[in-house]
Amino acid sequence: MAGPMKMRATLGGGGTAAAYTDVRVLMTHPMTTAQSNQPLHFIQNVTVKQNGKTMVEAQISQAVSRNPVFTFRLKGGAKGDKIEVSWLDNKGETNSIETAVA
Amino acid sequence: MNKIRRTLLGATAALLLFKPFAALAAAWNKDAFAAKTPQDALKGIGAGDVAASKDLVIEAPQIAENGAVVPIEISSAIPGTTSIAVVIEKNPFPLAAQFDFENGALPYVKLNVKMNETSDVRVVATAGGRRYAATKEIKVTIGGCGG
Amino acid sequence: MKGLALLLLAFPLWAGAQDAKKEIEKYQQMLGEGSPAELWELEGEALWKKAQGPKNASLEKCDLGGGPGKVAGAYARLPRYFKDTDQVQDLESRLLTCMTALQGRDRAETTKRLFGNADRPSEMEYLVAYVVGQARGHKMAAPVSHPKERASYELGKKVFFYRAGNWDFSCASCHGEQDKRIRMQDLPVLSEPAGAQKAYTTWPAYRVSNSQLKTMQWRINDCYRQMRFPEPEFASESTIALTHYLAVTAKGAPYNGPGTKR
Repeated sequence: MAGPMKMRATLGGGGTAAAYTDVRVLMTHPMTTAQSNQPLHFIQNVTVKQNGKTMVEAQISQAVSRNPVFTFRLKGGAKGDKIEVSWLDNKGETNSIETAVA
Repeated sequence: MNKIRRTLLGATAALLLFKPFAALAAAWNKDAFAAKTPQDALKGIGAGDVAASKDLVIEAPQIAENGAVVPIEISSAIPGTTSIAVVIEKNPFPLAAQFDFENGALPYVKLNVKMNETSDVRVVATAGGRRYAATKEIKVTIGGCGG
Repeated sequence: MKGLALLLLAFPLWAGAQDAKKEIEKYQQMLGEGSPAELWELEGEALWKKAQGPKNASLEKCDLGGGPGKVAGAYARLPRYFKDTDQVQDLESRLLTCMTALQGRDRAETTKRLFGNADRPSEMEYLVAYVVGQARGHKMAAPVSHPKERASYELGKKVFFYRAGNWDFSCASCHGEQDKRIRMQDLPVLSEPAGAQKAYTTWPAYRVSNSQLKTMQWRINDCYRQMRFPEPEFASESTIALTHYLAVTAKGAPYNGPGTKR
């Protein structure tokens, strides 16, 4: 069972129209490395979607810190936009979270 | 690049019938992530010819108290940036991550990486079919790769 | 300062200790702005609102000193005296009180697993992260007006300087003198405002070397382990008193947690 995943999506950049949507996503994952004496277990893929459309596709590795935290920025955006972030690890485990832009 | 990815995804989808999410995002550059030198890592992501660019900015501390968690913020002002890759030269496997931006995602990312020892962190951006790079040295007081 | 001196070895001579200090501050600041600690805060908020126990109630009516459900800034005014229990309580003991009083859970269950591990944090750790995060920016103001609060503060001061155990250590052995360090970390003098403020406003903290959120009760417990003392009882009178002494000594500084540390 994957540990908790959290996300905060807010409008940023100032001015009357949002310059961008700031997405901060926090994941629970051991991200164990080949150097530790535990089996390799790390997230390989992260996908960010805005209102169902893929915006960011990330390929990451054991070099990303345990309990990864990512911040992304999506052009424009509005309150209520649906942001979804999902991950897939090397064991085939997955987790995802959906948040509305605040 | 997109055509190759679509073919790959199609093939993967056919193979992984019971893992729908896995099929959609199974593309993972195994060879590049297994590369043991920064040169091989760069070759693995197709970044042979790289030009330095001041429009590719790395915001990071010069010293990391613990190499297990090193915050790095990257932003590209190079027009048409479609991807950013992070290479940590002295890590056992230098390629740390690659981010592909589409549909209006800004070429920006903040992440925490592991650094095994003091090393150059090189960021490679892809824009208009060309590669650009920026480098920053980060000193590490305690190695963070778990060894 | 000695920690900085060691770092000079990694810097060109002209850079100086000040540059190293500035860059470490930048590391701590950037880490704080994208720290896994935030996940503990958000998960803690979910647990605070979750109906649990025989009474199927959440902790949303828990009184942390400012009235039922008032969480914002509450941590900055703990430890304090509580009328309903007639004792001075810190955050963790108060959470245990609320789990029993509001949710009907018995003490054996709520204290079964207080310290988690990297693979499975404890409920207490999540809740603590949430509550302390709601005091961010609030000035530390642990009260000493009630007679029991004054007594708690005095006991805490006594405990701080009390030498015992196999090594005849007290808290002051490490935290009572300027310019001491353990490995790369400078040791703040906790019996003086400057040192107490620096330390107390950044704990509880997510420790990157453990990948866990460590609470104040854990911090005290682990200090005693390092001092070769017997293990203190969780939320005992003496650990609360010690926390009270630190909180009062740190008076006035804005709270900046949960922290993120090495």
